Amino acid sequence: MRRRHLLGAGLAIVVAGMANTAMAQSEIKIGEINSYSLLPAFTEPYRKGWQLAVEEINAAGGINGKKLVVISKDDGGKPADATTAANELVSSENVAMLTGTFLSNIGLAVSDFANQKKVFFLAAEPLTDAITWSKGNRYTFRLRPSNYMQAAMLVEEAAKLPAKRWATIAPNYEYGQSAVAVFKKLMSEKRPDIQWVDEQWPPQGKIDAGPVVQAVAAANPEAILNVTFGADLVKLVREGNTRGLFKNRSVVSFLTGEPEYLDPLKDETPEGWIVTGYPWYDIKTPDHDKFLKAYQAKFNDYPRLGSIVGYQTIKAAAAILAKANSTDPEKLIAATEGLSMPSPFGEITFRKIDHQSTLGAFVGKTALKDGKGIMVNSVYRKGADYLPSDAEVAKLRPKD
Amino acid sequence: MRGYLRGSNSQRQPRTAIQVSWFETRGVAALLTMRDYPTLILRRREAPSRRMKARYFTNAGPPMAFYFVQFLTGLASAASLFLVASGLSIIFGVTRIVNFAHGAFYMLGAYVAFTLTERFAGALGFWGGIVAAALVVAVVGVLVEMVLLRRIYHAPELFQLLATFGLTLMVQDIVVMIWGPDDLLGRRAPGFKGAVDFFGQNIPSYDLFLIGLSPVVLGILWLLFQRTRWGVLVRAATQDRDMVAALGVNQKWLFTSVFALGVFLAALGGALQIPRDAVHHALDLRIIVEVFVVVVIGGLGSIIGAFVAAVLVSELNAFGILIFPKISIILVFLVMAVVLIVRPWGLFGKPEAAARRTPGLTVNPWRPLTSAERLMSVGALALAAMLPLFAGNYALTVGSEIAIFVIFAASLHFLMSVGGLASFGHAAYFGLGAYGVAFLAKAAGLPMIVSLLLGPVLGLLGAAVFGFFAVQLSGVYFAMLTLAFAQIVWSIAFQWVSVTGGDNGILGVWPDKWAAGPAAFYWLSLAIAAFAVVVLRVIVFSPFGFALRATRDSPLRSEAIGINGKRVQWTAFVIAGTVAGIGGALFAYLKGSVFPDSLGISLSVDALVMVLLGGVETVSGAVIGAIVFKAANIWLVSQTDLSKLVLGGFIVLMVVAFPKGIVGTLETIWNRRRSTEDKKSALATSRVEVAE
Repeated sequence: MRRRHLLGAGLAIVVAGMANTAMAQSEIKIGEINSYSLLPAFTEPYRKGWQLAVEEINAAGGINGKKLVVISKDDGGKPADATTAANELVSSENVAMLTGTFLSNIGLAVSDFANQKKVFFLAAEPLTDAITWSKGNRYTFRLRPSNYMQAAMLVEEAAKLPAKRWATIAPNYEYGQSAVAVFKKLMSEKRPDIQWVDEQWPPQGKIDAGPVVQAVAAANPEAILNVTFGADLVKLVREGNTRGLFKNRSVVSFLTGEPEYLDPLKDETPEGWIVTGYPWYDIKTPDHDKFLKAYQAKFNDYPRLGSIVGYQTIKAAAAILAKANSTDPEKLIAATEGLSMPSPFGEITFRKIDHQSTLGAFVGKTALKDGKGIMVNSVYRKGADYLPSDAEVAKLRPKD
Repeated sequence: MRGYLRGSNSQRQPRTAIQVSWFETRGVAALLTMRDYPTLILRRREAPSRRMKARYFTNAGPPMAFYFVQFLTGLASAASLFLVASGLSIIFGVTRIVNFAHGAFYMLGAYVAFTLTERFAGALGFWGGIVAAALVVAVVGVLVEMVLLRRIYHAPELFQLLATFGLTLMVQDIVVMIWGPDDLLGRRAPGFKGAVDFFGQNIPSYDLFLIGLSPVVLGILWLLFQRTRWGVLVRAATQDRDMVAALGVNQKWLFTSVFALGVFLAALGGALQIPRDAVHHALDLRIIVEVFVVVVIGGLGSIIGAFVAAVLVSELNAFGILIFPKISIILVFLVMAVVLIVRPWGLFGKPEAAARRTPGLTVNPWRPLTSAERLMSVGALALAAMLPLFAGNYALTVGSEIAIFVIFAASLHFLMSVGGLASFGHAAYFGLGAYGVAFLAKAAGLPMIVSLLLGPVLGLLGAAVFGFFAVQLSGVYFAMLTLAFAQIVWSIAFQWVSVTGGDNGILGVWPDKWAAGPAAFYWLSLAIAAFAVVVLRVIVFSPFGFALRATRDSPLRSEAIGINGKRVQWTAFVIAGTVAGIGGALFAYLKGSVFPDSLGISLSVDALVMVLLGGVETVSGAVIGAIVFKAANIWLVSQTDLSKLVLGGFIVLMVVAFPKGIVGTLETIWNRRRSTEDKKSALATSRVEVAE
């Protein structure tokens, strides 16, 4: 009775909501998905980044004369909701391509959706190696340097350390597990004399830092690899500082130099950690200066790494659409493979072999300045130099 | 001492290496059974060289000191857990409210304390700020109690959970709006910034402060409850609140004051975390589940129990990570499952008194649909089936998703309303169904029809195993045991990477060609949903359904007439789990991938919300609840980034407007109108008679 009637009525409302999607001929739409409500600390700067890019692109005449429109959706941090959003963007908004995503599992879910529905997908942030390698597909490209690339950059520095006894602390999920696995593998290749004396796997977002710090200290490593980030990192650093864990020990840490994660540490920032990150205050290239000035003028705020990723994602999407001069996914793929373009970090290329961009990252050391954490002695590492050989990549990736 | 030292050294070193390979090959399932433990020890002892043994602990001092410090660290972690848990326990004991918003108050305490301690420097500013923050949040709690909860104390059990869940959603967005999205780092406590050296081990002095604080709080609470008239009333109400009411105690203010105290403790627990934690908008979810677990392990309403359980959980965590670093992800749930199976009312809890109310008086009587209503249902179904004629692909996919959630919600509703068993972990069986399909389709390569039929069997098996233990309990303890089982299943899916793909899930579970089109899939989902709802209704009005309702309403009487209550409930549990598994199986094909999310707490809570929203005391209210909640959810997430704020507000409004759920309230209005009409006509006839 009523319940079925409401079923129909409920769906009718949903349908009505979608009627106003007449597509203007003079526009090109891009569908963008990210975890805005779950991870605002990272996605707010990201959003500002892509908004700046859209503004710049349209001010310069759009894409081959057409106005670029980005339709953005929140996935709430759930892969299933991301698929719903992707479906809405593709089916009822008729977007030319999908972009975005932060979490690895969401990136993979959307990538699989893209593969199934034959839609072009440019993954912005997810770090998992699987998205371009073991679970890669021809419709998916990825902008950010992968787990493997960041590990390889860090290993280069870490191998120079005299330390032989290493401990690891990583969040207990795919990102942490694969970061540790790649780091260990590459490190042991370069330094067969190394021992791994302890490993801690706190649940993501729920680290019980005291016992973890104590346990690592008890194993008495000479160096520590850290993969935790966000609130977990804050707790770890605080407990570690109080308990003297980092005293006379080298620490190598993924992502910690990114302002998103470094800034909350304020005066507790531990000094001398080897990190990957984004020292926006320290990059003196014309490309970056231009970006920095435009960003600060528009938002009256400094950029985070997320800003760079958001900005470059849409810039890349525009470059792809301009080159393809079509919204046909096959033509977009053909246009993207091997496409080079400028970025705030210098020129990047989307590789044909695994659809990974060669965007790199900065490697440097943490330091304290005026009660704030910064990166010093940072050097930009090009992504292209930290990927395995083509023969190896070909083995990692399933044939299209 | 020497021998002890050597023993522990020799065991630690190789543990790491072996454990990794062991984890990779066997996964958490092996960990749960502990089958391999003896071999593990054997292999450990063979490996290390003497030299390495000596090197271990070189600078770390004697191991006894290490274990002692680890113990103290555990105690410090226990302190904040205890503060929050005791608040929750007191509130539940007196008001019977399962306060889901307790974590939100904890988080608010941390945020407000952050602002106050940043504003007012110095020792007085800091400590004053902490206490003031707790007081401020307690005032907020009082407002919530008076404005919202007072209206719904007489709603069905667990309905207040829905209201507090809505609040929690709202608070998550509100704190981001007020304090911004960044993680905030609070000040360190003046006077407790450093660490104390203990035989070469550093103990943060703030940890020592927390360790000292929790017995003090425990003592104050004990005095409050034992030595004041208010405390006597609270204890009396915890034991028998109807009797307290009958004796003329003003329950309103008793409840308000208890709620204020509970919120104060939660906020204090949050405020005290700022010197060791970052303040951010996900703090609430991090603590709430763990706190529920602590309260249940300790025994609901027992402060001592909360204290002991907090210490137990924290110590097990502190020492557990030395042996199995990956265990902390589920440790609390394992402990809770074991405790509840051995002691069904927690360590210090007492069996709940039998409910006094007679459900027949408050519930609208259940009856099968009349012929006219049946016709209308079929008509509505036919209308829904015509959706593909005018709707686009996206609407059809949303329609399929809603139909799937109708199946899921109906299965939980069957368990809750007919069986009287509120499960907090129903997503486990939904997710098992989804994983079942993923295994069959991806690993075995079976066609869709076969996978759809066999996939839910995994849900059935899971429900059969877990249900057997769960139905031994009742009430909130049943709910928490189901939650524990769901978390255990979740962590197996999460950590057994070689089989389940872990966090990255299983991809590429797409429907066969015949069902690949959105319209075909929509019809399939709609047909299965309609079938499931009809079957569940048939069961409700079958002899089995009556036996189940008898067991729910009066276990003693039903036992006396020869109904095997536990077996009936177990069967109901298996039926509900299987139907949920069918929903999960469809869900896997709809999304094309399966992730541990589909077993997670938030999905279980979603199902609970759908059932409560529809009306737990109705026959099929969950159908409406699922449609309204899911449609609102999808629409809001698509339209606004503040979806949690709007959805939370919507839920709170619904709770106030429809205190019996949407369908329940409508039915009540309908029945009332009909009965007054009956009376009127009866009156009219009697008048005529008199006139004659």
